Amino acid sequence: MKRILSWATIGFAVVYFFLPLVGMLEFSLKMRRGEYSLDAYRSVMGDPQFQATFGYSVLMACLTIVFGVLVVVPTVFWVRLKLPRLRPFMEFITLLPLVIPPIVIVFGYIRLFNTSSWLPLTGSALGTDFLLMCGYAVLALPYMYRAVDTGLAAIDLATLTEAAQSLGAGWITVLARVILPNVLVAVLSGAFLTFAIVIGEYVFAALLDRPAFGPYLVWAGGNKAYEPAALAVMTFALTWACMMLIQLATKFSKHTRMPR
Amino acid sequence: MRSSRLWRALPWNGLGAVPFLLFALLFLLLPTANIVAGAFVDSDGGFTLKNIFNLFTPEIMNAFWLSIRLSFTSALIGCILGFAIALAVVLGGLPGWIRGIVMTFSGVTSNFAGVPLAFAYVATLGRVGFVTLLLRDWFGVNIYALGFNMISFWGLVAAYVFFQIPLMVLIITPAIDGLKREWREAAEVLGATGGQYWRMVALPVLGPSLLGTLALLFANAFGAVATAIALTGSLLSIAPILLFNQIRGDVLQDPHLGYALAFAMIVITGISNGVYVVMRTRAERWIK
Repeated sequence: MKRILSWATIGFAVVYFFLPLVGMLEFSLKMRRGEYSLDAYRSVMGDPQFQATFGYSVLMACLTIVFGVLVVVPTVFWVRLKLPRLRPFMEFITLLPLVIPPIVIVFGYIRLFNTSSWLPLTGSALGTDFLLMCGYAVLALPYMYRAVDTGLAAIDLATLTEAAQSLGAGWITVLARVILPNVLVAVLSGAFLTFAIVIGEYVFAALLDRPAFGPYLVWAGGNKAYEPAALAVMTFALTWACMMLIQLATKFSKHTRMPR
Repeated sequence: MRSSRLWRALPWNGLGAVPFLLFALLFLLLPTANIVAGAFVDSDGGFTLKNIFNLFTPEIMNAFWLSIRLSFTSALIGCILGFAIALAVVLGGLPGWIRGIVMTFSGVTSNFAGVPLAFAYVATLGRVGFVTLLLRDWFGVNIYALGFNMISFWGLVAAYVFFQIPLMVLIITPAIDGLKREWREAAEVLGATGGQYWRMVALPVLGPSLLGTLALLFANAFGAVATAIALTGSLLSIAPILLFNQIRGDVLQDPHLGYALAFAMIVITGISNGVYVVMRTRAERWIK
């Protein structure tokens, strides 16, 4: 009885979740009349707008990941090693991006960094790009912080650091050649999740008026028939790939750990 | 001597946290504080509560009420269905590989929100969508003739539930794992039926987790903008879309009313996240 009910629940879930996915896949193949074809995908790939915005968002995601790692890893390392009393405060700060709606944060950016302010970042394209990257780093902060914090909790920080220092390593060497390799899996998990968040993000890019993939998606949704479905399939595949890479990284790490 | 001791007593270690704090201050705390401050200031820069009172117009109140109902309904449905799926996976006696697939799939779909989700939805239930045509051609049911509308309350709920269920599964599965077998055995030894065990042991233990996740899902839906914009073209008047239009073009014709609007959104998501945090601490009492 219990098992039948469980199978029924899973069956319902499969139908509910697969219908939209099958729906978008089927719709994306229907561009040519009367037969299935990849025309919609060809049309998307050939669109210079798509190439430009997708490239921009991929670049943004990579910059955000590098920036996020540079901000988060040394800080978490230092707080765990020297300022453990600061941890509850860090927990609180890194939870805030989940509490404050993104649209409110970007509203604050527009007000704080406008052309007549003390730091007119939105005055130039490059400045706005920097602001957008910082915004994405803030959006990814809860995930990046938790991934790295869990990773660092698993290793003996104090011993590793002292061992490296007694061999003559400076702080940068300690971080780059001792700590980072040890939490690489955690950093990679955070990185792929960041990528998945940034790639299709709409609100920040639209309100800061940057030519990113998210606003292009909305534009395509309003102006094309079959291409949006193809774009949705591609985004879904990309999200899936990111999650798979996280799992792969975690699995990989289990094999590299020495048996005790 | 004195000065060197003072030198050493200074919190030099604190310097290591400065880059991060500067980042958080500049790109998270100050922008938010700026908006909150703007909500309590009039156009001459003096303190006022007028902006907050000005929120109580039918237009803004309706937008907030619609947002709250939409977020709550989608959170509640997501909670119930997600809980059922998690129960089936953990305690339902299904083969082990199903759990791995369900968790991975939940990870993917909870991140598959925003604009692409809206496209998938249109391709499925739009006028020439997959399911729409399926129902019409196989069962002779035309859902649009029956009054179905994607850009309606229930239309949006159906779309939001798509990312609410997986989030619920991801958060509640560890809590169900935390139910100890000893509790069930103890209850059975004392003569409890399955129903009594659930009513008097399992659900009270899971209660805080369930309520807390409900609050989290509510906040999650309340702040979401992209799916609704891609579906309705910023026509539907929910609170975040109203704010979006205000930022784009000052549709309320009063910048400070915009800040008050944003402030009210922070209050609502802040309260529901507060409920989540409190409930999580209560839930952790049982997990030692």
